[in-house]
Amino acid sequence: MIEIRGLHKSFGTRAVLAGIDLAVGQGESLCVIGQSGMGKSVLLKCILGLEAPDAGQVLWQGRPLDQATRPAFMARFGMLFQGAALFDSLSVWQNVAFRLRQRMPDHKARPIALEKMARVGLGPETADLMPAQLSGGMAKRAGLARAIADDPEVIFFDEPTTGLDPIRAARINALIRSIVTETGATAITITHDMDSVRAIGDRVMLLQDGRLAWEGPVAAMEGAAPLAGFLGHDPAGQG
Amino acid sequence: MNPVRLTGRASLSLLRAVGAVALFALRGLFRLRPFHGRAFAAQLFQIGWLSLPVVGLTALFTGAALALQIHSGGARFQAAEVVPAIVAIGMVRELGPVLGGLMVAARVASSIAAEIGTMKVTEQIDALVTLSTDPMRWLVTPRLWAALLTVPLLVGVGDVIGIMGGWLVGTRSLGFSSAGYVANSWAYLESWDVVSGLLKGAVFGLIVALCGCWFGMRAGRGAAGVGRATKSAVVAAAVGILAANFVLTGLFFR
Repeated sequence: MIEIRGLHKSFGTRAVLAGIDLAVGQGESLCVIGQSGMGKSVLLKCILGLEAPDAGQVLWQGRPLDQATRPAFMARFGMLFQGAALFDSLSVWQNVAFRLRQRMPDHKARPIALEKMARVGLGPETADLMPAQLSGGMAKRAGLARAIADDPEVIFFDEPTTGLDPIRAARINALIRSIVTETGATAITITHDMDSVRAIGDRVMLLQDGRLAWEGPVAAMEGAAPLAGFLGHDPAGQG
Repeated sequence: MNPVRLTGRASLSLLRAVGAVALFALRGLFRLRPFHGRAFAAQLFQIGWLSLPVVGLTALFTGAALALQIHSGGARFQAAEVVPAIVAIGMVRELGPVLGGLMVAARVASSIAAEIGTMKVTEQIDALVTLSTDPMRWLVTPRLWAALLTVPLLVGVGDVIGIMGGWLVGTRSLGFSSAGYVANSWAYLESWDVVSGLLKGAVFGLIVALCGCWFGMRAGRGAAGVGRATKSAVVAAAVGILAANFVLTGLFFR
């Protein structure tokens, strides 16, 4: 279980996160939505320790995650970056097996990487390609394979469908959903794509002006006034 | 604006920057565990082996031009016969390390800054952290050590090629005999001349890799940010090499 208590983060005088509290249960899939620049990615980076929060705490299984303890926990986390963030100098399988190769020889790491690649729909013919040779959708799949390569207990997805056409986006959403269900991993997804929320999420949270503006199950979001703009509905009373 | 306050503020900023770079270098050099052998081997190849052609060509033409210059200038006071010795001493003490260092700076500092800067703006460095890998150990340490170890070797090879350039010109167009040129080169060359040049090479290599890594890790957003980081890395490395050369020459030969 991941818990966040009173998270604050400012850049200069601008408060991006102004006291966020949330809890994500084991095996739950939470989607965090919000307009661009509302602090969604900063929230994710604070959880992962890529940004240091000004105040507040991130806890995992009741234990605080800080600079000292985070490296030990990181092995239990997986992350799919917005642009996949594959390492340009490594082939696809080497990217997928990046963490595995640090503790086992290549002849053992490669079959595991190929298995994870197959799980996300990448055949063995792509194993030795370089990231620059992949399409956007394939790069996302490779990034997803890397995120799940070490069987993480928590997977973070940062804008998983950005830059993809609707067909590829739907495939990635379905893939994420099936992986999360199959592995029982906790998932936290940052997105502004409501199709992703419907496909991936159990619960949704709206971030606005650095605060939690709405929270509830995905099934309840259709009638929620604060989400009207995201759902393509005309917000009541605004013509 | 109070000029005293301005000077004080600028001095503090400079000291802060020097301190930050020094700490960065220490962290990069001595965070060795776990040591990423594959990354280190790749950098030995990238920085050392692939810089050999440019350093070799630079040394060859420099040695040849130096021989022509010394012959022409020396003739004014009947000292044209000192060409082999001056080419050898000039190459190993000064021109080999400095020009080799500058060529490596142009090739390697820019490449390191652009690569690390691009990794930063495309979140690859964040990805390293999420994959339980310290970016300093993975990216910086192998580059610093590879440059520290390979640039002196490049300087050594450049010294030999530069002296060969002088020999080619000396024997083909200045009337020296091959044996006489070689004997004259060795006669005045001392081991400290060679060692000091190699030590300079090690320091210059460290400066080159340090500038590339420092500016790459601090690259701003987008292509413009990477471009600025690359330019800053090359300029800082070149100026750093020339300044360090002055200081080291003073230390070694005063």
